[in-house]
Amino acid sequence: MAGQLPSNDDSAAFAPARVWLMLPTWALIGFFLLLPVLLMLVYSFLTKEFRGGVIWEFSLESYDRFFLDRGLFGDEPPKIEWTYIGIFWRSAWQAGLATLLCLLVGFPTAWFIATRPPQTRSIWLFLVTIPYWVNLLIRTVSMKFLIRDNGPVNELLMALGVLDAPFTMINTNFAVQLGLFYSYLPFMVLPIYAAVERYNFALTEAAADLYATRWVTLWLIVIPVVRPGIIAGSILVFVPSLGAFLAPDLLGGAKNWMIGSLIEDQFKGAAGNWPFGAAVAMVLLSVVLVVLFIYARSQTRAGAR
Amino acid sequence: MSRLRNYPGFLGMTIFCLVLLYAPLIIVMIYSFNESASITRWGGFSLVWYEDVFFGAESAKFKSAAWNSLVIAVCAATSATVIATLAALAMLRGGSFRGKSASFALINLPLMVPEIVTAVATLIFFSTIGFQRGLLTILLAHIVFCIPFAYLPIAARLQGIEAHFEQAAMDLYASRWQAFRLVLMPLMMPGIIAGFLLAFIISLDDFIITNFVKGAGIETLPTAIFGAVKQGIKPNIMAISTLMLLVSVVFVTASYFVSKLGNQNR
Amino acid sequence: MTTRRIATVAAALALTAGMASAEGKLSIFHWFEYIPKELLDKFTAETGIEVTMDTYDSNESMLASLKGGTMGSYDVAVPGDYMVQIMRDEGMLDTIAEGELTNKANIEPQWLDVDFDPGRMHSIPYQWGSTSFAVNREVFDGDINTTSIIFDPPEALKGKINVLDTQGELLALASLHLGIPQCSTDRDQLRLLSETVNAAKDNWASFNSDGAKDVLVSGDAAVGMIWNGFGAKARVEGAPIEYAYPKEGYVVWMDNVVLLKDAPNRESAIKFMDFLLEPENIAQVSNFAQYTAGITGVTPLLSEDLKTSPEQNPPADAPAGTFVKVCDQQTQALYDAIWTRLKK
Repeated sequence: MAGQLPSNDDSAAFAPARVWLMLPTWALIGFFLLLPVLLMLVYSFLTKEFRGGVIWEFSLESYDRFFLDRGLFGDEPPKIEWTYIGIFWRSAWQAGLATLLCLLVGFPTAWFIATRPPQTRSIWLFLVTIPYWVNLLIRTVSMKFLIRDNGPVNELLMALGVLDAPFTMINTNFAVQLGLFYSYLPFMVLPIYAAVERYNFALTEAAADLYATRWVTLWLIVIPVVRPGIIAGSILVFVPSLGAFLAPDLLGGAKNWMIGSLIEDQFKGAAGNWPFGAAVAMVLLSVVLVVLFIYARSQTRAGAR
Repeated sequence: MSRLRNYPGFLGMTIFCLVLLYAPLIIVMIYSFNESASITRWGGFSLVWYEDVFFGAESAKFKSAAWNSLVIAVCAATSATVIATLAALAMLRGGSFRGKSASFALINLPLMVPEIVTAVATLIFFSTIGFQRGLLTILLAHIVFCIPFAYLPIAARLQGIEAHFEQAAMDLYASRWQAFRLVLMPLMMPGIIAGFLLAFIISLDDFIITNFVKGAGIETLPTAIFGAVKQGIKPNIMAISTLMLLVSVVFVTASYFVSKLGNQNR
Repeated sequence: MTTRRIATVAAALALTAGMASAEGKLSIFHWFEYIPKELLDKFTAETGIEVTMDTYDSNESMLASLKGGTMGSYDVAVPGDYMVQIMRDEGMLDTIAEGELTNKANIEPQWLDVDFDPGRMHSIPYQWGSTSFAVNREVFDGDINTTSIIFDPPEALKGKINVLDTQGELLALASLHLGIPQCSTDRDQLRLLSETVNAAKDNWASFNSDGAKDVLVSGDAAVGMIWNGFGAKARVEGAPIEYAYPKEGYVVWMDNVVLLKDAPNRESAIKFMDFLLEPENIAQVSNFAQYTAGITGVTPLLSEDLKTSPEQNPPADAPAGTFVKVCDQQTQALYDAIWTRLKK
């Protein structure tokens, strides 16, 4: 009897209405996100007006400026412009390091929570989830407050006699790193937790029967099995870290720019160069899409295996 | 068995993780009760900064910002929930159709595009079509990025409801609308509420996109806080932060218990 | 349930639409922390006009924002002298007809016919002051009256310097440091300017305008390039600082309330300008922001602190300040390039 019932996947009770049901989603996301992104691509090829604003004239100037350095007066033979590539490199490096740190702290946490008995497990999970829902701005501001030269961390370390003078953390790359790590840590814990929860401990027992130590089991059995969770968590940390604006702006000062700050300055700051900002945003989007594409490919390949 | 599951140091790492997540928030909470106007020195316990938030010089600004945030979050979350519920019906109960995977990608597009890119693209779009920036532009942008957040719990819930519920109803000559309203929707309710709460918090929290698309003279709570923080962290900011923090905690706790209740009822 | 939700959305939309179209409004685009809230309340009480205000942190970012599409949503802005000229040349300012401002006669004669707005066709004076820097005297007790403090700092101050994130003022101060003219077209001079600021940047902790006061008060910075009144406020709030009058020169400026083109509430804007031309009103701004008004009859209304503050009263041997110059487009493009190279 049960076999005759259609499975959820091809349930079609609402098939005749599906176009109408999907229409608001198509219209809203299509019109207010997909179309704007395409328009942004167009914008990156427009010409900047002298005092800001754009002229609807095709120009490669923005990309030229991004990749090539023609000297202060613009008449030297073009060299590769390392500044913006450098900002991307620094952003990628910062985001990568944040991902790694989140993984180092997040994996043990996720494992620990997932191996608790069901009653306490949901409490632990709840505790990790709450900070994720607290406003990112407020969390970043809290971190700024904490690590100022005269902030609680320095005060504490000086009171304990660890330091004689305040250790400057604010406005450094370290502060940005800390901010990213702190901002996105829950993103790492949750997917790994979900993967570990589904992990079949019979595998661990089998390994133990074959005299594998716990750490060998962890490395050779557990990690390969929960890898999809690790990869998902890494992407959830890496992608928003790459385009982060609040952490570099509030914790890094204007000297430790990341891509997000560079883009923001073109639109909201004094630079006022929309085509260039659109070009930088386009480069960022491309990098992210490539990362997501590689991820999707690895998922389908893993699925096929 | 438990020996195999436990690794030395993992408990320590978990505690380290929680301390790290909570310490900054708790310290800001404590300092919001500091009597002193200096954020560095402790001047005794006092509610003076909470009084300042509600009745002080900047209270009008923060009140209107809070009102804007609330109106936008309620409208955006409601619209996104309705839209996501319809989309979930089409995706999970609409059979297979051409463009289904493209539709799925479209729903998730706001999650894949970095927030700053969404912000820039939306700004360019509104500016090009000559749409005056104001509350409405914020609302539209918020609805769009709230859709996937509302969709996730709703779709997850609907996936768990077997199709013979609405089929039985329709066999008994219920119209499609009746089948949805009388049978499916009550079953989906925990997912819909969870989706609404998620979308509500996401909208309430958003800074980057709002900052780009807001119009002249319009602030939401996060943009007002950001503007104030640029000039230095003041104790009244810590009081507002503590209040917002409590709102978030209340909402997450509510959504946690709603989904727990929903699971028990099944 | 769903119908009720739709009704809620509709009601909320109607509400927000209603808020946007009310009459008797004024939309101000202003520097941050530059006007006391009590004064805006007083204006509302006197005229019934509801005021909304957005803030910016440099002349350049205000220009960028207006150019980026907020033109037409503000009635008045408060650009500095050179920026008034730029905005006028760009056709962003509306003309105030003769006789439209009742209190125009209150403008001090020296500020009535100014280079950046001859005959005051588009603007009224708001406040004027100087831009130099303040040094924490607990950290450094040597001679501070030299621009080397910023551009070639002594060892004790390296890495503890905050500069304003304002292109016009920072590059003008650097030009004074090097003794080269503003709007130079000489390649060697421009290259020297670019190299000097880029080398100095290694010794700077941050570019921060909104936080310029806070970093001095909190001690996060020992030197801060700063506007004189903002420096005075930092000192009053407890920073052990002294405001410098460098021998190479420093920047002076006048901020002006301008009537923007396409102002949605032009009438309110004129009323607001008239309001600010009254001595007791503009004196409130001076007492709040610690700068000097360009209106006659203000002096008796100023606080004692302001009259005697070291930021307001340069020593007798201090040189005169210099206004930021507006360059022609070709030259300005070179200064823009220097700034972009500095900021990147």
